[in-house]
Amino acid sequence: MRKKDMIGMLLAGGQGSRLGVLTTNKAKPAVFFGGQYRIIDFPMSNCINSGVDTIGVLTQYQPLSLNKHIGIGIPWDMDRKNGGVTILSPHVKGESGDWYSGTANAIFQNIQFIDEFSPDYVLILGTDHIYKMDYSEMLRFHQENNCDATIAVLEVPLEEASRMGIMNTYENGKVYEFEEKPKNPKSNLASMGIYIFTWSKLKEALIKDNKIHPDSDFGKHIIPMMLGNNDTMFAFRFKDYWRDVGTIEAYWETNMELIKTLPAFNLYEDFWKIYTDAAHQPPSYTGPESDVKLSITSCGCEIYGKVYNSVLGPEVTIEDGAVVTDSIIMEKCSIGRGSRLNRVIVDSNTKIGENVIIGEGENIPNELKPDVYFTGITVIAENSVVPDNVRIGLNCVISGITDNSMYENGELKSGGSVCQEEVVL
Amino acid sequence: MRAVGIILAGGNNDRLGNLTMFRATSAMPVGSCYRAIDFPLSNMSNSGINKVAVITQYNSRSLHDHLSSAKWWDLGRKQGGLFIFTPYLTSDNSFWFRGTADSMYQNISFLKRSNEQYVVITSGHTVYKMDYDDVIDAHIKKGADITIVSRKRMEDEDLKSYGVMSDDEDGRITDFEEKPLEPQYDTLSLGIYVIARSLLIHLLESVVPEGRYDFVRDVLQRYRKKLKMYSYNFDGYCKAVNSIQSYFELNMDFLNREIRENLTKKEPYIETKPKDEPPVKFNYGSVFKDSLVGNGSILNGVVEHSVLFRKVVTGENSVILNSIIMEGCYIGDNCRVENAILDKEVILSDGKQLIGERFNPVIVGKREVV
Repeated sequence: MRKKDMIGMLLAGGQGSRLGVLTTNKAKPAVFFGGQYRIIDFPMSNCINSGVDTIGVLTQYQPLSLNKHIGIGIPWDMDRKNGGVTILSPHVKGESGDWYSGTANAIFQNIQFIDEFSPDYVLILGTDHIYKMDYSEMLRFHQENNCDATIAVLEVPLEEASRMGIMNTYENGKVYEFEEKPKNPKSNLASMGIYIFTWSKLKEALIKDNKIHPDSDFGKHIIPMMLGNNDTMFAFRFKDYWRDVGTIEAYWETNMELIKTLPAFNLYEDFWKIYTDAAHQPPSYTGPESDVKLSITSCGCEIYGKVYNSVLGPEVTIEDGAVVTDSIIMEKCSIGRGSRLNRVIVDSNTKIGENVIIGEGENIPNELKPDVYFTGITVIAENSVVPDNVRIGLNCVISGITDNSMYENGELKSGGSVCQEEVVL
Repeated sequence: MRAVGIILAGGNNDRLGNLTMFRATSAMPVGSCYRAIDFPLSNMSNSGINKVAVITQYNSRSLHDHLSSAKWWDLGRKQGGLFIFTPYLTSDNSFWFRGTADSMYQNISFLKRSNEQYVVITSGHTVYKMDYDDVIDAHIKKGADITIVSRKRMEDEDLKSYGVMSDDEDGRITDFEEKPLEPQYDTLSLGIYVIARSLLIHLLESVVPEGRYDFVRDVLQRYRKKLKMYSYNFDGYCKAVNSIQSYFELNMDFLNREIRENLTKKEPYIETKPKDEPPVKFNYGSVFKDSLVGNGSILNGVVEHSVLFRKVVTGENSVILNSIIMEGCYIGDNCRVENAILDKEVILSDGKQLIGERFNPVIVGKREVV
């Protein structure tokens, strides 16, 4: 293999259990965002836009949609003879197999893959955040400071700092201490889960730590260990837009930020595009009686009804007389005539019947998962069907093909769930 | 894999005026995010033809740009794939393509080096969705030498820009006229042909050295009695970009739900080169009715019965009616555009008015600033 300066390793194995049914059948990085994108498109596009053309994507939880989405990397121009994208799934070694038991363990298990490119540096990324970042600037910072490790950090309000991994630094940015969720934070520089390591140093640390911790983790083990060894570690301050979309509420909020007249996160600039797999891109149509305001729609939408403050994925159909407000409707869903949706997340390939009312009633947390669904947003899983003429309240969850018999008096009260068996909410 | 494909994309059409000043007719943008050639090219790929030659000459840059990678049509292959032929110099030939037959003759090695039995020939500027496999089946069943895909004349159609023919009950063609002044028949040729590869090589080698360069005039018309030519009736949507009027109409046809669903939504899909634009953004003041829009557009004003391409920005209180607005146009605040065709990247400054007549749209050329 031709040598690469820096290769990227994307940790894409997480489930994201706080996203509820959105991650039942797919890993969190494969969840749709902003209509046509999936969450992993952001770090992947950042990589190629930063000149990192060789990446490994480490998958573990429900990788099917992710594997299909990434394919051989065509949308990101990563279909290369030298490098490109490689999907790295856990595999059997010798007589036994190992799952990825921790973030650093996952990298440890792929040392061979990294060594093939003999890189000087390795970029480690999480894949559950929405942001644009030039990793080449971070690399330059790493080189200028002769670092062994550089950690991207974001200034957060001090009250939030106790929920995050905090870097305590000297004035010049050199890290002297890392604290995971400190009770009394000494600084407000939170780790973004984006690291650049000098590969020789990291490799050494991974091998050493793997003997001590079978669930080797960057935050818990590798970084404290490197600090203990007096390795040079700097915090790289990032000051731009960065959002964690790990909860239903944060996911909804971050989507809604895109529809503002002047959004904080700009998808419309030509020189830092976000790429996604959209080989088939028909135009969008809106009918004579339609009304669409403060919304974004992806290619191939057919809108005959009314859409306000919403985000629509590709090939969504909104029939005559339907009114969709404050909602996220993902790929290939259809909303029947006269239906009314308010603060609903509808995952892909779902069919909502006619005259269905969703999202009206009292704000009662979900009975089965009150810690996931409590902010008034009702979530409908992918490939579901909601029959005609039913009323569904707030914080409800629907999954699978449902018919009228599953709704008592044609109603699902706030906080209720209608699910096929064995579905993990 | 019984056929190879040839797309004749060399032509230019004076009747499109300014719009083809910088591009081949086959590269004309249609239906909000396609170019005309996407249709025949996707048809080829969807019909299982994976060796396709695009023959181009006039303003070929626009086509080269669009076809720079063949993978979007699944034609980026080691075996077969997409071939693009433009005129080139050799020691004994310094001519441009002097006609459609000549353009195939100059690239006859493409035909000779293939081993597929049939050739499907189509024009590059016709918008339609067709399975060529069905045409080849009919061709074999009839024992035809040449099969010409045809359609009965529609109302108000100007036959003067088509080849027209008469056929008997069995579909055998008895006469063929090209762009007649006074058409005698009402079956029109759609410019899509199936012919055996060996016969095509033979015909080209017979006519071109005699100085006959046009496939329709010098092959189809001249051999209409000698060869067994059959028509294959096609009922589906099919419109060629051959005048401002037909260009305008075929774009507006995409506003018809049935036509749009057939051309853009039903499998097999018509593919195009992706541009990675973000979603369409409808802002507070947008009123967008009975119109198409391509990704990356930002809408603030009123749009009715129009086709907007990708990356169009409309300003506040602007009104666009019955118009075609191509990729990258910027319409300022308080503008009014009616019955107009705006080529790519036109900028309309605030308050400008562009009003054309219903059957005679105003045309603004590429990158003009009004």
